[in-house]
Amino acid sequence: MRSLSNILGKEIRELLTPATVLPIIILAILFGSMGGIIGDVEGEASKPPIIGIVQYDDGVLASKFSDTLKENDAIGNPRSEVVYAGNNIEEGLQKVSEAGGVALLVIPEEFGSQILSNSQGIIEVHWIMQGTGVLDTISSTSLDFLISGANYELSKYILENDGDVDVELALNPTVKVDTTTFKGKEMEGISPSAISATLSSQNMLVPIIVLMVIIMAGSSIIASMGLEKENKTLETLLTMPVKRSYIVLGKLGGAAVVGLLMAVIYMLGLGTYMGSLQGSTGLDLANFGIKLETIDLLLVGISLFLSLLSGLGLCLVIGVFARDFKSAQSLTMPITFLAMIPMFVLMMKDFATLPTAVQTGLFAIPFTHPMMAINNLMFGDYTLVLAGIAYEAVFAAAMMGAAVILFKKDILVTGRRKREKKKDSRAWSLARPRR
Amino acid sequence: MAQDLVKSFGSFQAVKGVTFTVNEGEVFGLIGPNGAGKTTTMRMLSTLLQVTSGSATIFGKDLITETDEVRKIISYLPEEAGAYKNLTGRKYLEFIARFFCQGEEVYDMVDHGISLSNLSDRIDDKVDTYSKGMTRRLLVSRALMFKPRLAILDELTSGLDVISAQHVRKTVRDTAANDTTIIVSSHNMLEVELICDRLALIADGRIIELGTPSDLKEKFDAANIEEVFVRAVSA
Repeated sequence: MRSLSNILGKEIRELLTPATVLPIIILAILFGSMGGIIGDVEGEASKPPIIGIVQYDDGVLASKFSDTLKENDAIGNPRSEVVYAGNNIEEGLQKVSEAGGVALLVIPEEFGSQILSNSQGIIEVHWIMQGTGVLDTISSTSLDFLISGANYELSKYILENDGDVDVELALNPTVKVDTTTFKGKEMEGISPSAISATLSSQNMLVPIIVLMVIIMAGSSIIASMGLEKENKTLETLLTMPVKRSYIVLGKLGGAAVVGLLMAVIYMLGLGTYMGSLQGSTGLDLANFGIKLETIDLLLVGISLFLSLLSGLGLCLVIGVFARDFKSAQSLTMPITFLAMIPMFVLMMKDFATLPTAVQTGLFAIPFTHPMMAINNLMFGDYTLVLAGIAYEAVFAAAMMGAAVILFKKDILVTGRRKREKKKDSRAWSLARPRR
Repeated sequence: MAQDLVKSFGSFQAVKGVTFTVNEGEVFGLIGPNGAGKTTTMRMLSTLLQVTSGSATIFGKDLITETDEVRKIISYLPEEAGAYKNLTGRKYLEFIARFFCQGEEVYDMVDHGISLSNLSDRIDDKVDTYSKGMTRRLLVSRALMFKPRLAILDELTSGLDVISAQHVRKTVRDTAANDTTIIVSSHNMLEVELICDRLALIADGRIIELGTPSDLKEKFDAANIEEVFVRAVSA
């Protein structure tokens, strides 16, 4: 039993190191925050959508429709929060926008007469899109439900009171005409849900590539440092007549080339997969003026490359502390999480709709920038992309500089041997005969 | 050459002021017990560790201010050195040779390295398949093939069998005869007596004795260097 406990203790001490425990703690925090986000989704979904109503038709059908939007539901909860009810579209849009609302609904003058003449009544929905994340479009989905509910009430009213109306039309009395405004861009004939659904399939491509490349290229550079130490080749390399900066650049360049090669392979595979997804939605955003120009693609490429360089620089700095190949593998975990955080957060919320503290945190992670670059460039938001590229360049330069400095320091060679030396010295002094 | 060299790791002083001069073309031995400061001294001289205080010049190049220049004329063989396992012996030597020359000179240097290693046909096998002794021979040849002006060899024949060790010692003596100065450390007292022109006994971070093997034997009235070592350290 004593032998067993001896081995057990040794194994636990060996396995329970900060390098193994820390990633698990980070993972727990990540899952915890994801749980919080899911809680936010539920909270967001239960909130009544903030809307404005412009009603040009004073007829009974238009009033019935708008009243249903404003009224409480069967259990007394408000169906919506109406922040504007009037006759001015511009004023209404401004009020809704100021209130952080989702849309302005316009009921045209001929709404009722169209229905009574067996044509669908038009509801103009002027969407104010806040972002492209899952959480950002919840309120627009809620409004879609609200309009469906108002349609149902209108159908009931028509069937009960207007016998001349065609039954089929009575069951679908209105048609929605969408106009979405997002980041100053007005797009006719498309709703935020449709934009978000199409963008999400397109925008998944870059984050997945960034994530995979960072994980694979990053772990390879950390492992390379671990292997150099484990195979005892580093000391020889460091005494060669070559500048330490060249060693750093050589290691970074090698991993970057391999990383970019992997990125191309992933891009080809995932691009085909995502293309098939886009084909199935049947929506081409280019028809709505949402597309990337050549310069945009170039900026995405630069952002991706700089993010890779930043990641590799960070990995090389971390790799300096790797004792061997095994410890190097565990050191890749923080980098993986660092790449996963922006991916999950941006999937849920658009950068623009996040709280400032979260924005700051995300901005500081260099992997965030290529992940949101396509989205921002599609809507002509160059400021954030260019700021991101500038930050990535500074971060990459800082990491490379730090790596070069560390490559000149004793720690690269001695690691944790300081304590061993003390032990050796003590052992020697004890071994010496007393005078 | 080395003047009052000191190396501290935090509050711990591993080398406490080492001073010695190595003459051009000689084989100079550093011997001492474990943790005495031999490897740390060698690592400082080979530019691997930063010098805490003191100074050293290697063929007129200042170790601290002309580090890049020093690296061009020295070669360091660590005690537990390894080679890249996915390369063949020949490719490893080529990789190293390209730091010192280019073009056809690389292949000339590699051919010299192969002859020093005595690995014959096995030079085209991957390092991964080499025995410890074969790897050490490859590394010794790597350290000497470009004819450095100063070769710093830590535990020269560590892990080698008698035949291989003898071959390596002969290689070192031949290299020294061809204008390469050598600093070598070893636990093998017979070895240092055989190959070293002069010896420095280092203990507790300080040089306690320095001289030719015969002078030291005479001074301590000892039959061999092992006895010199024991008596010097005990004193």
